Amino acid sequence: MAEQFGTQDIIICKDVNKWYGEFHALRDVSLSVKPQEVVVVIGPSGSGKSTFIRCINRLEEHQSGDIIVDGVPLTHDVRNIEQIRSETGMVFQQFNLFPHLTVIENITLAPIQVRKVKKAEAEAAAMELLERVGIPEQADKYPGQLSGGQQQRVAIARSLAMKPKIMLFDEPTSALDPEMIKEVLDVMKELAESGMTMIVVTHEMGFAKEVADRVVFMEAGSIVEVGTPQHFFENAQHERTKLFLSQIL
Amino acid sequence: MTSAVSVTHKEALPPPTERYTVLGWLYHNLFKGWFNTLLTLLSLGLIVVVLRPLTHWVLNTARWGVIPANFNLIMRGQYPADQAWRLWLVLFLLAVVVGFVWGVWSKQVQIALVAIAAVPLLLMLVPFFDGGIRINLLLMDVLGAGGYLIGRRVPPRHSRVGIFALLAYAFVMLIILRGFTGEGGAWPSVPTTLWGGLLLSLLLAVFGIVFSFPLGVLLALGRQSKLPGIRILSVLYIEFIRGVPLISLLFMAQVMLQLFLPAGAPTIDRVLRALAAITLFSAAYTAENVRGGLQSIPNGQYEAANALGLNAFQTMTYIVLPQALRAVIPVLVGQFIGLFKDTSLVALVGLFDLLGIARVVTANPNWLGTQQEVYVFIAIIYWVFSYMMSYASRRVEAQLGVGLQ
Repeated sequence: MAEQFGTQDIIICKDVNKWYGEFHALRDVSLSVKPQEVVVVIGPSGSGKSTFIRCINRLEEHQSGDIIVDGVPLTHDVRNIEQIRSETGMVFQQFNLFPHLTVIENITLAPIQVRKVKKAEAEAAAMELLERVGIPEQADKYPGQLSGGQQQRVAIARSLAMKPKIMLFDEPTSALDPEMIKEVLDVMKELAESGMTMIVVTHEMGFAKEVADRVVFMEAGSIVEVGTPQHFFENAQHERTKLFLSQIL
Repeated sequence: MTSAVSVTHKEALPPPTERYTVLGWLYHNLFKGWFNTLLTLLSLGLIVVVLRPLTHWVLNTARWGVIPANFNLIMRGQYPADQAWRLWLVLFLLAVVVGFVWGVWSKQVQIALVAIAAVPLLLMLVPFFDGGIRINLLLMDVLGAGGYLIGRRVPPRHSRVGIFALLAYAFVMLIILRGFTGEGGAWPSVPTTLWGGLLLSLLLAVFGIVFSFPLGVLLALGRQSKLPGIRILSVLYIEFIRGVPLISLLFMAQVMLQLFLPAGAPTIDRVLRALAAITLFSAAYTAENVRGGLQSIPNGQYEAANALGLNAFQTMTYIVLPQALRAVIPVLVGQFIGLFKDTSLVALVGLFDLLGIARVVTANPNWLGTQQEVYVFIAIIYWVFSYMMSYASRRVEAQLGVGLQ
């Protein structure tokens, strides 16, 4: 299906292709995301969904096609990459917190070093973020002392500290024990309701149904179907989509 | 048919402890079963067989007089006796600076205060020291305590002053030792060829370690660089240095270093040449150790740093290196301990470090045949310093939580 690219779209991906050596990981992927939209990407493993969102902030490099984030084209130009990275935040499946720094140091490191914010100001902002994600009392602990759900919430706060316009989530709850998934999803839901543009790769269908504005199904490197959650879960068109959904739900 | 399920909560109890009396401990650990008893008896027999002649030698036959008679030589080489007060000055300043730096950093790193303060006190027990030396040792502890109290008053945000204090001390120490006025002045120059004994060994080891560490870190980073020129140069350097023994580097430095300078440049000090060889040698090994640490950092750390917008330098400085270095502390300290003992090789290139002085002492006709006593004493000195470094390393590791998550 053809993507309509409006000039107000905050992310525009057009015919993006990526190869890992001989393996064609992303095949002519096209997607546009409007500001404040929540897009959930689902699909079987190996479908390229993580690769796709990692291309958006240049953690992976795409070989052909265009990616334009907030008007800035993603090219080899380092300045463009840095600009895009300053506007996108990423939350990883493995949290990737810095184990040798306390929670508050994890959150304030980037604002202090990159944005040159003063330490007191950065810490005040960090405490606000910790309140927002629900764990202000953990500020002086080390990541190793927190549970998985708490660590992921710290990771979300850490990304939010850089005031990004877009948040990318790469299977944020896949490494969590079931009883901790809800606390993280609640934070993400609050974030969506506050108007953040989000692209979430996940297997949590409940989240997709409740929070997503659009759901994207990817398989074998291409986008198979895109639609509203309602369309998706009640009225999927493609055979492969229906097959996948029948395996998950 | 329903069965009742107990819902009473079982209280947590402490684990059962086994307590032995002394005899009980001896029995359980040494004499339980005939095999263990046999091993115990054999070991005891072995210990007696080895210790008896050793103790006899130590207490009766050995001529320990050689040590007090040559003590000054062993400690400072041929540093002129009338300038020895400068060595004490250097030690006093060291005590103040160490105390100060401790006071400043005592929240970050807590190497046992007691252990280091105990060293001068323990040294006061050495039998052949005269009263003057003992007073000086006591003074060192007093000055150290004073430095500590001053250091405590420095607020944590100024804790960088600790590094400046150490750098300033190093500089001042070298000036004091070297001297700068003429013959009749207050600080006559003492050429480095006269520096010897433990003084020289410690200087070579400390400066060798301090200079080779940053160089090694840079090499390790260079080896991982994406720029092929830097990477190739780093690899060549590391592999060349690691392929030759330190003694050959020392010989090369003594002979060849001067050739690298333009003609007419002043002759490089022989101690400096040896120090250059030691530094370059240690840097290559440090580089490989640090590289091991760098490889242990998961990719996710780099990705998270990139996603947050940190550049390469910031990522290295704040995220990767702190973790990598923490992981390789045991290996690095082991290497530094080895380096300290390797400085004894300079005896073979004409410098009179601790080992070189030992050979001079045993060559003295008054003290012929005292090699064993002298070398045992030298060995004890090496052992004491090595153990102190090892102990400090364990404390730093415990403080930084190395090995835990």
